[in-house]
Amino acid sequence: MAVTFTLNGKPTTLDVDPNMPLLWAIREVAGLTGTKFGCGMALCGACTVHIEGQATRSCVTPLSAVAGQNVVTIEGLSSKAARAVQAAWRKLDVVQCGYCQSGQIMSATALLAHTPKPNDSDINSAMNGNICRCATYVRIRAAIHEAARGMEG
Amino acid sequence: MGEFAIGQGVPRFEDPRLVRGEGHYVGDIDLPGMAFGHVLRSPHAHARIRAIDVNQAKAAPGVLAVLTGADWQASGFGDLPVPGGLKRRDGAPLYRPPFPALVKDRARWVGDYVAFVVAETIHQAMDAAELIAVDYEVLPAITAAADAVAPGVPLVWDDCPNNICFVQLEGDKAATDAAFARADHVVKHRLVINRVTAASMEPRGSVGVYHPADGRYTIYTTLQRAHTFREELAKNVLRVPENKVRVVAGDIGGSFGMKSAVYNEVGLVLLAAKVVGRPVKWISTRSEAFLGDAQARDNVTEAELALDRDGNFLAVRVKTIANLGAYLQVGGQSFISNIGTLAGVYRTPALHADITAVFTHTNPVRPYRGNGRPEAAYVIERLVDLAADQLGLDPVELRRRNTIPPQAMPFRTGLTFTYDSGEFAQNMDMALKLGDFNGFEKRRAQAHQRGKLRGIGISNTIERAAAPSYEGAEIRFDRSGAVTLLSGTVNQGQGHETTFKQIVCDRLGLDPREVQYLQGDTDQVFFGEGTGGSRSATIGGSAFLLATEKILVKAKALAAHLLKVAVDDTKFADGIFSSPKTNQTVTINEVAKAAAAPARLPKGMEPGLVATAVFNLEVENFPNGCHVCELEIDPDTGQVEMMRYSVVDDVGTVINPLLVHGQIVGGIAQGVGQILMEDIRFDADSGQLISGSFMDYAMPRASDLSSVQVKSNPVPTPTNPLGVKGCGEAGCVGAMPAVANAIVDALSGLGIRHIEMPATPERIWRAINNSPGRAGQPAAAEPR
Repeated sequence: MAVTFTLNGKPTTLDVDPNMPLLWAIREVAGLTGTKFGCGMALCGACTVHIEGQATRSCVTPLSAVAGQNVVTIEGLSSKAARAVQAAWRKLDVVQCGYCQSGQIMSATALLAHTPKPNDSDINSAMNGNICRCATYVRIRAAIHEAARGMEG
Repeated sequence: MGEFAIGQGVPRFEDPRLVRGEGHYVGDIDLPGMAFGHVLRSPHAHARIRAIDVNQAKAAPGVLAVLTGADWQASGFGDLPVPGGLKRRDGAPLYRPPFPALVKDRARWVGDYVAFVVAETIHQAMDAAELIAVDYEVLPAITAAADAVAPGVPLVWDDCPNNICFVQLEGDKAATDAAFARADHVVKHRLVINRVTAASMEPRGSVGVYHPADGRYTIYTTLQRAHTFREELAKNVLRVPENKVRVVAGDIGGSFGMKSAVYNEVGLVLLAAKVVGRPVKWISTRSEAFLGDAQARDNVTEAELALDRDGNFLAVRVKTIANLGAYLQVGGQSFISNIGTLAGVYRTPALHADITAVFTHTNPVRPYRGNGRPEAAYVIERLVDLAADQLGLDPVELRRRNTIPPQAMPFRTGLTFTYDSGEFAQNMDMALKLGDFNGFEKRRAQAHQRGKLRGIGISNTIERAAAPSYEGAEIRFDRSGAVTLLSGTVNQGQGHETTFKQIVCDRLGLDPREVQYLQGDTDQVFFGEGTGGSRSATIGGSAFLLATEKILVKAKALAAHLLKVAVDDTKFADGIFSSPKTNQTVTINEVAKAAAAPARLPKGMEPGLVATAVFNLEVENFPNGCHVCELEIDPDTGQVEMMRYSVVDDVGTVINPLLVHGQIVGGIAQGVGQILMEDIRFDADSGQLISGSFMDYAMPRASDLSSVQVKSNPVPTPTNPLGVKGCGEAGCVGAMPAVANAIVDALSGLGIRHIEMPATPERIWRAINNSPGRAGQPAAAEPR
């Protein structure tokens, strides 16, 4: 049974098992590999995408759940918050190995879309589900504050 | 000196693609006709395999092949490499267990490799694996290092008595024992370093391809040292010359030592590719990462420090039992090469280490950020704090009294190494200032008012980086005058591209934004080794420096010819050749273009502007620094909160402070993780892994790390032309003792002198409630 939804702004129909986790539908059927597998149990955040603007773990979301919905992956990020986040990430040299960063950026962008001026506590609650083994957390925090300032201009 | 020069905090050139999801990791590889492999792993820590029936699995939908230990043995492929060279206590060679990619008759840990199923899809392979009937006879298992040598315990290898693989003795035993005999004070403690796992966010993976026409193999995989990997794989497993093997690493999502082995799956995807005639892909799940990845640390040390009545260190003596796991991977033994860092930054004249390495029914153990250095630093720096407590001395003063002064450099320590440089006392002074050590007692009193226990911990640590070895680098100007750099090192997040571009572009006056960078492909990179042990800036960087010198020799000769002046009259600065004898100039890019036109060359000059260099490092370097950790403990819950963390590091010449600080902070987080929360735990009876998911294995998260202040006190080393000291592991080395000392300091008012790692809230809560300071409270025993 095919599932139709909007992927990165484009109407998309994927004719696969609707129980397939969204992560694998995006990566292996739609061919967008920017979203990463980390644990398959919603414990690490590497697979985070936006569904209707909400940061969501795609590894535990069945494809059927996004029927008719708006899904954005790292490849489709284009909002003001996203541009500010990616610019701050580069300026503050956040990234190390890069593997978790798609998920970090998706979580940070969703946070800023809802909370344009987050405090450290907001950042902790939005970002605690995203593990970074290189421990770029200190710079992620600084970059979110930087991006928030960038969005004002 | 431009905006990209050595010393500038240049934002990474790797990042534009990584922040857009354009990284290319092994999991992203999709080759035409690719099949998928799945490993059937032993569910038992120790079992005899009486029989394996794969018939049903072979008949399952989509299945292309099912390989067992018997197939592996008959394949003509060799077993995985096993290191040698060490000895047991009686002088006999170390025990070298066989290391087939699939076991035949005995499984030795929960996760050991029993069969490999290849199918059209990964789910078909997984489903078929469930149809393999393995007749196991479950045997008793041993998982704890300290118990492994006891008489009568289960043996991992039947012909390896007491499970002892090798014994390493280091230092002067007679001098050490004599110093202990005359010491005024002896401080002793048993220190347990728990087992942890690297848990890189990118799991391991491999895609194997066999090219029958020319008998060549290609492996796309996660690794650290592409050329060394090719050597081990070609020689031991594939049994072909190295030119028959292409090793390709794309972006690597963290490794920390873990991915540096030739793992079983590498041999399996290549054999499977040969058998089924298609590319075969295997990607680890997270559960498999816990069950199959090599793990780390896991040793128990009886440590002693001898002092005279004035608090001078006379000697250090350690007896360690180190867990190797069930097999001996190449590198699994390499922690012994860092034992010398037990000397710390102190003048201690005599040291002796007695290390027994044992097999257990657990995952193999291999290097993990520090590889023996954090353990050594933890032992010596905990001993110093324990000594200060026992003798009633100030831990800062005790350190200061024993610290090697800069004027003593080069300083030959009492154990193995000769330090070349370092301002150890100054590091400590700077770090204490950075952490406002003098204001601590006030903050402690304020915390007490809030019902919190506040502690401060110091570690003065040193580590060994860049063990002597070589690395390759190539600078390739093309016909358009543009430049490509190729390195034998392999980045796993450190930022090699940025670092090497800074080194080369600084010298050659190039714009790094216009330079391409390549690594990790043995068909493209002419020669090299790879990354590990904090070696890449030192050795890979020096190789690029050497290559720039070669480029400049030729480019200068050609520039002089183009400018019609003598070579000696030609100058080079900021990418431009000039001469006082002419008002003409020529850029290095123009020289490169001319080098591609034979008619423009001086007679006899070879066309092209390309240089390869192999830098051979003869002496390692010793990054050092001081960490000051301040934290608070909630006595009602045992929860630790990091309040302040200050580091002064000496990693020699800083090529890029942004990258160095990122490495230091990342290392600190892994040290903090081990001391506070991370724990690989096996059930003592069954040998089952208990902490096998991110639900059970606690990882440091955003809220666990407060801001970290990092300041550099660089003392360039004379041991390499750049003056750099490795920075990849230094943070982890310093953090373990600093955090542990801070926790004990916070609890010291209750009479608590030590706490084992990980100091989880439960463990701290129990320690508080069992402490002399809480006498009369109900006792709470710690569960095993």
